[in-house]
Amino acid sequence: MNAIVVDHLCKTYRNGVDAVTDVSFTVSAGEIFGLLGPNGAGKSTTVRMLATLSVPSGGSAQVAGRDVESDAAGVRRRIGYVAQASGVDRHGTGRENLTLQAHLERVPKRDIAGRVGSLLEWIGLTEAADRLVNTYSGGMKRRLDIAMGLVHEPEVLYLDEPTTGLDPETRSALWADLKRIRQERKLTVLLTTHYLEEADQLCDRVAIIDRGRVVIEGVPSDLKAKIEGDSVTLNVEGRTSEGASVLRTMEEVLEVIEDGDSIVARVAHGATAVPALITALERAGIGVNAVTLSRPSLDDVYLHYTGHRFTSNGMAEQNHQAPANRRGGDQR
Amino acid sequence: MRTFISDTLHLLVRHLRTTLRIPIWIVVTLVQPVIWLTLYGQLFRRVVELPGFGDTTYIEFLTPGVVIMTALFGSAWSGMGLIEDLNEGVMDRMLATPAHRGALIAARVLHAAVTVLVQSLIILLFGLVLGASLPGGIGAFLAILGIAALLGAGFSAFSNGVALLTRREETLIAVINFFGMPLTFLSTAFMAATLMPSWIGVIAKVNPVNWGVNAARDAMAGTNWGGVGVNMALLAGFVLLTSFFASQAFKVYRRAA
Ligand SMILES: Nc1ncnc2c1ncn2[C@@H]1O[C@H](COP(=O)(O)OP(=O)(O)O)[C@@H](O)[C@H]1O
Ligand SMILES: [Mg+2]
Repeated sequence: MNAIVVDHLCKTYRNGVDAVTDVSFTVSAGEIFGLLGPNGAGKSTTVRMLATLSVPSGGSAQVAGRDVESDAAGVRRRIGYVAQASGVDRHGTGRENLTLQAHLERVPKRDIAGRVGSLLEWIGLTEAADRLVNTYSGGMKRRLDIAMGLVHEPEVLYLDEPTTGLDPETRSALWADLKRIRQERKLTVLLTTHYLEEADQLCDRVAIIDRGRVVIEGVPSDLKAKIEGDSVTLNVEGRTSEGASVLRTMEEVLEVIEDGDSIVARVAHGATAVPALITALERAGIGVNAVTLSRPSLDDVYLHYTGHRFTSNGMAEQNHQAPANRRGGDQR
Repeated sequence: MRTFISDTLHLLVRHLRTTLRIPIWIVVTLVQPVIWLTLYGQLFRRVVELPGFGDTTYIEFLTPGVVIMTALFGSAWSGMGLIEDLNEGVMDRMLATPAHRGALIAARVLHAAVTVLVQSLIILLFGLVLGASLPGGIGAFLAILGIAALLGAGFSAFSNGVALLTRREETLIAVINFFGMPLTFLSTAFMAATLMPSWIGVIAKVNPVNWGVNAARDAMAGTNWGGVGVNMALLAGFVLLTSFFASQAFKVYRRAA
């Protein structure tokens, strides 16, 4: 059964920004689905439309069998929404926040106190339950956010960039929490992230979203498997496009993409190809500063389908150049 | 309707709790009216000797004015809390729940009314301590609280509407400053109607602050209950009008997202 069906959704904001141009994907019940993309790709806009907070400009979406436009109230009853910007009341305590949320989510009155108590324990906030949220750390606040999204035991939970802004330690602790949610609760999770690693670690399936459209959807390991061979990143002293053309002529090279100061070449066997690649470049008079060899990661999947690399801060690079050579594995 | 009432009450509790957690805020909002009552009450004591004030003391004349003025400024800032909720994602979180949409605004309006009620009570008692008398008795006392709460609800709804349309604290502050003082001085809060320039008298007639001041003053004197009724009805209409404005502004806000 499908918990979320998104069909050619698009959104143009009033100021004319085309935040989402073409997003389609389906999420099966019980799945953790990742929407992976850099800042500004349209992840939050997509989630906001699925949470009935923003009216789509086109396309349609059903959540838990209800249409987000024609049955917004039905959708709201079945979802938990944890926004990118926290959304907890800083001037209230953890317990007060959860209790009010439970009322608004129509949890039966007699169940509220018990459920709030056990949720607080479940996220390890029992001690801090009666302290003002103002005094919480980033990680505690995030855990409270997630608990608030779960208080009415929704069918579908949206987590918009749940670990952005957290330090690495807190992030991995939260990953463990999210894995726990998956094990202990029957629920569908739609998670957005700009961390490739996060999508890889947590998600059963991902859709890669770039500039408002979904470029590929699938199981992370399948997506990586489709990208054959190894990635060789050659850091060169300028003349990248010239170097790229040199490499493109080589038999063992499957795909070449220019990426700033580097050339990324995908080859069948990294270890044997590296010397040949370096030699070819140096013969053309292009010095190689550094070489890294890696197994295909989601980063390479992203690069393959969008033609630009995910940078460390999550921003897509601004060069709009298309993949120089789309001789991908599918053609061989 | 049941969900509207129950959601409103739960949200009201949240707002009241927030207010009570910053008790200094309550004190601060009372400093100004107390200064007015003591200072102006002394400074302009002999103003009432002018013809037009009738047989009253200035403190008795001033107290209802200060009550209403405090109600105006106490409630006009109501939209600031809403803007904080919009900015912090609290509103989005609530809008993603089945919570009654109207309750999200009604709770803020009700909160302003309750706050104003408490402030008015304190000011009124202070006025009595300073020597104002209350010929209208306990009925007058309650009526004045009701009048202040109505006025507070009306301006709170207006403030929340502006907050939803502009979503910026700076703009809301500017709007309040633009309207607040003129509305006060274009009323009989400080000066008897017969002593006003006639053009101010005309504006005062359509000024909700003036309706509030007149109703409160009439109630205090306990002589013109008909006038109290009319002005309270006008205030109730004002509350309906600004509530409608706020609910439309909320629709605009939600559609623009
Ligand atoms: N309320 C809004 N009004 C206008 N433009 C917006 C609004 N929210 C987001 N955008 C723009 O839409 C694009 C997509 O934003 P967003 O959905 O937040 O992306 P992401 O969550 O992937 O970072 C960005 O260019 C952003 O500036
Ligand atoms: Mg986002």
